[in-house]
Amino acid sequence: MNDRIVFDDVSKFYGEVLGVNRVTLSLPPGVTTLVGPNGSGKTTLMNLLTGLVSPSNGHISVLGLAPSETTEFFRMVGYCTQFDSFPRGLTGWEFIVDSLLLHGISHDQAAKLALESIERVRLGDAAARRIASYSKGMRQKIRLAQAIAHHPRVLVLDEPLNGLDPMARAESLALFEELGRQGMHLLISSHILEEVDRISDRVVLITGGYLIAVGNIHQVRQEVREKPMEVIIRCNNPELLASRMFAINHCVEARLHPDGKGVFLRTGDVDQFYSILNDIAAEGTIKVETVAPADDDANAIYQYLIGANGSTS
Amino acid sequence: MSRESLKSLASRTARQPWGLWWTQAERVVQIEIRRSLFSWRAGWVYFLAYVPTLIIFLHTIVDRHPPGAISEDTKVLAGIIQLYYIRLGIFFGCLGIFSRLIRGEMMERSLHYYLLSPVRREILLLAKFVAGSINAVLLFGSAVLANFALIYAAFGAAGRDYVFSGPGLNQLFAYLLVTVLACLGYGAVFLLLSMIFRNPAPAAMLVLGWEALNPVMPEILQRISVASYLRHLMPVSVATEGLFALLTVETEPVSAWAAAAGLLMVIAVVLIYSCYRIRSIEIRYTTE
Repeated sequence: MNDRIVFDDVSKFYGEVLGVNRVTLSLPPGVTTLVGPNGSGKTTLMNLLTGLVSPSNGHISVLGLAPSETTEFFRMVGYCTQFDSFPRGLTGWEFIVDSLLLHGISHDQAAKLALESIERVRLGDAAARRIASYSKGMRQKIRLAQAIAHHPRVLVLDEPLNGLDPMARAESLALFEELGRQGMHLLISSHILEEVDRISDRVVLITGGYLIAVGNIHQVRQEVREKPMEVIIRCNNPELLASRMFAINHCVEARLHPDGKGVFLRTGDVDQFYSILNDIAAEGTIKVETVAPADDDANAIYQYLIGANGSTS
Repeated sequence: MSRESLKSLASRTARQPWGLWWTQAERVVQIEIRRSLFSWRAGWVYFLAYVPTLIIFLHTIVDRHPPGAISEDTKVLAGIIQLYYIRLGIFFGCLGIFSRLIRGEMMERSLHYYLLSPVRREILLLAKFVAGSINAVLLFGSAVLANFALIYAAFGAAGRDYVFSGPGLNQLFAYLLVTVLACLGYGAVFLLLSMIFRNPAPAAMLVLGWEALNPVMPEILQRISVASYLRHLMPVSVATEGLFALLTVETEPVSAWAAAAGLLMVIAVVLIYSCYRIRSIEIRYTTE
């Protein structure tokens, strides 16, 4: 069986309004982060993937199945949507058990899976209460529990960290990371890029309904070569290193690390930069401890490519 | 169709997961009944169903019931069924019950949970229809039964005689059949309308007008009506005057079984079209 999520030339128009345009993607298992400003088409892409909306053009398949093959498709796919609404009058427990019963499994099996998923999101005793009495974070957790309860192979999460406190965010991220390590597909959209970025295997950058970059976060950063890249160098004499490096004409910015034991350098030619840095280190006057890119995270790339106002730069 | 293609169709049909679909439909029905039948929001439908029962109960206590008044009360009961339940009570009750099933869930932004479950949309729609029908039949069927019991219980021995030794029981079965068919017929229509229109109420008013004017329509158009089929199943005719006469007028004479079969066919056609419609439903709550 195909193990990929595939969008083949997919477009979606809402009347004359563009949702997404000519999206072609092939995502292997792992954690994929969908990054883009509000209205960029992230939710449309997720809704297309799960058949909540139909493409105006193109085809979508998830592990070889189309969303219209409902029975098999939704046994493999879980979707935690952004819609903060629930069927009326239910407790968290009933909400999850009802969803599981629709899979055709026994009541005992449904109860077992519901308990497991509630424990996984650490909702505990609150599951016995009506959802109407839940805080926003608890509602987010119960939706997540519902999406993972049937052990899907593909998990789609639309802004899953919204409304969660820092502790719950860390727990959720640990859970996503664990699920990704287990070989699951996770497609996550989030505005809290710094956090999601840490667990992402790849990013999909989207704006105005168009895909603008796809791939491993470091590869994508490398592709944005015309943008100066920031590198942090830990060494015993950062001031000297800064002055040496700043003499090079493609080094455009230098600032000391607040702890005084490193320097941030911004360069327009990263290959030349590393070559010269190697020469300086070989001279022995400056002892270089570590060198690492400081801005090849999703947030930085997002800012470079999409810009703060959502327009492509 | 050739023998091979028939064979292949039969084998494809046999390979479908009928057991799973049955279980899923059962579960949807259980969930829907639990969520809607026993909720406070269904209060106004209870009111529609039982308000005649309350009035009959008050009459039972207050009025005297000489045995000779049985035939008059029989006509009153027929009038209540034909003029109130079929035209108003069941009509608006079904509008409330069945338009909530899909449109109501879209308004409350909870339909996507069903659409993201491994239940075929056609199964979901039919199961919701069954759940709505059970709700409606339970409410209105029990109300009709209670009305019947109250009316004849007030006559004591004469009433028991009318029910068990006279035409009473047959009339009761006919009323219950009319009630069930009315619930199914209006239910199917309102379920479909709620998928087509964001607000099905104006369309329902058009249906109400159509049903009222249907008896004076050409014969072919009379077949596109729930009430026109039900008229042929009424065990007691109701004499009315003026505009009300439109609601009870007998159209082309049709046998009871043909009327029931005709209505069931109309229901089947409406449900098949609804199954087609639900396949293309999209979740776009922001436009609701």
